[in-house]
Amino acid sequence: MDLSALNPADLAFSLIVAATPLLFAALGELVVEKSGVLNLGVEGMMILGAIGGFATAHGSGSLALAALAGAGAGALLAALFALMTQYLMSNQVATGLALTLFGLGVASLVGQGYAGQTLQVSARLDIPGLTDIPVIGRLLFGHDPLVYLSLVATALVWWFLNRSRAGLILRAVGENHEAAHAIGYPVRLVRVSAILFGGAMAGLGGAYLAVVQTPLWVEGMTAGRGWIALAIVVFAAWRPWRALLGAYVFGGVTIVQLNLQALGVAIESQYLSMAPYLVTILVLVVISADRARARLDAPACLGKPFYASS
Amino acid sequence: MLELVARKEASRFMLWLTPALAVVLTMLSGLALFALLGKDPFEAVRVIFVEPLLDPFSRTELLVKGAPLVLIAIGLSFGFRAGIWNIGAEGQFTIGALTAGAVALAFWNVEGIWLLPLMALAGAAGGAAWAMIPAWLRIRFNANEILVSLMLVYVAELLLSAMVGGPLRDPDGFNFPESRMFHDSATLPIIIEGSRAHVGALAALGAVVIAYVLLHRHLFGFEVRLFGQAPRAARFAGFREARLVAACLGLSGALAGLAGMFEASGPVGQLVPALPSGYGFTAIIVAFLGRLHPVGILLAGAVMALTYIGGETAQMAMNLPAAAINVFQGMLLFFLLGIDVLVNYRIRLRRAL
Amino acid sequence: MSLWKKAAAVMAGAALAVFAIGAAAAEPLKIGFVYVGPTGDFGWTHEHDLARQAVEAHFGDKVETTYVENVAEGPDAERVIRQMAQSGHGLIFTTSFGFMNPTVKVAKQFPDVKFEHATGYQRADNVSTYSARFYEGRHVIGLIAGKMTKTNTIGYIASFPIPEVVRGINAAYLAAKSVNPAVKFRIVWVNTWFDPGKEADAANALIEQGADVIMQHTDSAAPITIAEEKGVLAFGQASDMTRFGPKSHLTAIIDNWSPYYIARTQAVLDGTWTSTDTWDGIAPGMVAFAPYNPALPKEVVALAEYARFGIMLGKIHPFTGPINRQDGTPWLAAGETASDGDLLGMNFYVEGIEGALPK
Repeated sequence: MDLSALNPADLAFSLIVAATPLLFAALGELVVEKSGVLNLGVEGMMILGAIGGFATAHGSGSLALAALAGAGAGALLAALFALMTQYLMSNQVATGLALTLFGLGVASLVGQGYAGQTLQVSARLDIPGLTDIPVIGRLLFGHDPLVYLSLVATALVWWFLNRSRAGLILRAVGENHEAAHAIGYPVRLVRVSAILFGGAMAGLGGAYLAVVQTPLWVEGMTAGRGWIALAIVVFAAWRPWRALLGAYVFGGVTIVQLNLQALGVAIESQYLSMAPYLVTILVLVVISADRARARLDAPACLGKPFYASS
Repeated sequence: MLELVARKEASRFMLWLTPALAVVLTMLSGLALFALLGKDPFEAVRVIFVEPLLDPFSRTELLVKGAPLVLIAIGLSFGFRAGIWNIGAEGQFTIGALTAGAVALAFWNVEGIWLLPLMALAGAAGGAAWAMIPAWLRIRFNANEILVSLMLVYVAELLLSAMVGGPLRDPDGFNFPESRMFHDSATLPIIIEGSRAHVGALAALGAVVIAYVLLHRHLFGFEVRLFGQAPRAARFAGFREARLVAACLGLSGALAGLAGMFEASGPVGQLVPALPSGYGFTAIIVAFLGRLHPVGILLAGAVMALTYIGGETAQMAMNLPAAAINVFQGMLLFFLLGIDVLVNYRIRLRRAL
Repeated sequence: MSLWKKAAAVMAGAALAVFAIGAAAAEPLKIGFVYVGPTGDFGWTHEHDLARQAVEAHFGDKVETTYVENVAEGPDAERVIRQMAQSGHGLIFTTSFGFMNPTVKVAKQFPDVKFEHATGYQRADNVSTYSARFYEGRHVIGLIAGKMTKTNTIGYIASFPIPEVVRGINAAYLAAKSVNPAVKFRIVWVNTWFDPGKEADAANALIEQGADVIMQHTDSAAPITIAEEKGVLAFGQASDMTRFGPKSHLTAIIDNWSPYYIARTQAVLDGTWTSTDTWDGIAPGMVAFAPYNPALPKEVVALAEYARFGIMLGKIHPFTGPINRQDGTPWLAAGETASDGDLLGMNFYVEGIEGALPK
């Protein structure tokens, strides 16, 4: 097997592109889960973001507007989830699944006129001098702005959860909503904000997929990426930097596999594709086994409904 | 300003009124949706909800589509009542189909009335075994079963795809990734002549009855309910959590596996990668729509099946896009789930201070 | 219309046929189409739907067409097909391989309805099969690719290792090799017909490994958009995908089902329909090409056109010996052409292709 033909810089470059939609969606879901809410509708929010972003990019030619529209579309669908679970007390698991069904349907209807359209968006940065540095130039400076945004977002989410007072409150709400409520924290408001943020990030991920990665719009184009984002959150043990790692691992498995094949290495792709999920379970087991440590990571109130009795 | 106030006990009146209210609301918004798409809205609603009930074949198809939903949802309802969240029924369904299918293919071309029971056993055992993974990991390592069971769905689907593309591939099938058609004695008997309705429908009905008895007339049902409502009290009363987790996950896995076996040896008749078509996830919604009650689940399963079949009819008869049906189903689910709030809460007008 | 449907539902089976023939003068022939994807996929399903529209345009009010899109290749397919058969459709096209067994099952119960199944291998008295000799198209684009590659590396995005796909790879490779002995194929199996993100990733991987021409046997246009962005060349699949890559898109193999669908509809209308196995290529127009990219050099266009006419006239067969299998064992002797049987079951690479065919 001759692997010398594999250029690590190129490999890393495509890996980042493939991982970015996953990272956006996972970061959003991470914050949602930290607040104690499980939203299984990521796939639905993502695809609505994809069509929202694509339609806007098609109309305006602007990547920034497309990203905003994608985030807005995702947040809009998330608002429905927030209304259902936080105000009407519906079950989170069932509502999340319904959200996916609904989002896929709405996106297809809205997108009917956009199938087969193309985009004229120049996404890549090109900084003369820097981008031309051999090996690392393109890797460090040659991406589209959204890739950098995803990295900044990772840092911001980390800072928010670990260093800000609001983040502390959010974690407290996810840890024990009864106690948080007793102290006087607005449990519902915190959760609704988290859900909206999660929707916006999922939508942003979808927009990236449709506007930068492929770039085109087709029905069902998220093809399960929203579900992978859910796995990444667990893989990451609810830690933002590990979510970054997780997104790159999950995205990377596909990329490395495709590249090895392109080199002529025969691969049983199904078994390789299983690997990240098995590793995720393993991670979950390891972090859960030590109950004291698990409390630091996993939000204790995940998926449990909260009703303020007073 | 409106606010919700918890009722001391669930309102009987609302319990019956809310589903009807949800259906009315769905109809109204459905009318708006279809009108927006330029279709005759009343005709569309009629085609989706009434047409399948008038047509004899569609009626039997309700059994085909509804049976796996009810069977899986019944299994899930026990765990959900006890606060044990198996959301990986789709994976257990897949493994059940795979193990049962492997038996069918191992005895391909062998006659025998023992074959179907053996396949059913293999399917249930396969599904249960797959569900025991999250059970064991929760009991032994405290790992969240929601997430483990969900991860195992993807593993199961990839495993099925690897198997039908590898060891279980049809040797005369030109390399297409699917198995041979099962032999006649590995194919489920049909209960209504000329239709696809198979014994799985009877099994689903049986499961409803047994679940009702278990829940209301048996210690297991009491244990499940107590655990869901007051876990500390249950532990105090000496019920062992580990046993309950294993029982609930095992039961739901076995029923999901059985549903997978029925699907593979009934309507499909072979193993194909597209076999898991979402029954496991839809059944979660069915379980909640039915309020985790066996009879409710039966009704909810029937309504879900109706929207699927009516949706296909509407595509054919009215050229409604498939996506419109998804949106319509989504609206129905949201209304049913959302309006349930009235059962346990009442709305009070809060005066501004 | 709904009265007719109810009447038809009551009078199932043979009675239906008598009634249908009796009413033929007044009632249009109902033709059903079962699609695996959305009509807006701009690939496989899109072309079938264009052909459906062509049937409507050709026959006017003598026919009435309906379709159901996004039908999963699982348990739901049989119900959809059956409902079509039952609701008075006289001719039903099921347009994906995975609909084969459901089609055959339903056909047994409705002996008087005619069924047409695309790309399968099971037939019955009322079930015809049809497919296109896409490999003839692959031969033509293989020639263009062999001429146009500067890196002598052609990337190939493949779906599943079934004979149709393997045949396409072999045909394209042999053609490319015939005009460019130094050419190499890099093949990536994505194990899906449709996942735009993964197809785009595969295209990127191939480009990174030096491919400057991309071929695909998957359904979305994502590889074309990537090729356009990266400044390499590509060929459309199933539909004309020029709009996705005005500079990169050299031509496309178009699945043109219209002539076949119109002919089969005519046969049902005339009462001359019989069960057949059709495997048509360039000559009858089932395999067609998108307009050549204006940037293609004249001599390359001439080469492609020569091959196209050669195949059309039966002078050229893409699989003409001497050809060895990948392991060096002889397959076709000099001058010998491959039999249809060999082609239909093809499960090996020809000599010169690197890498192992997934099992």
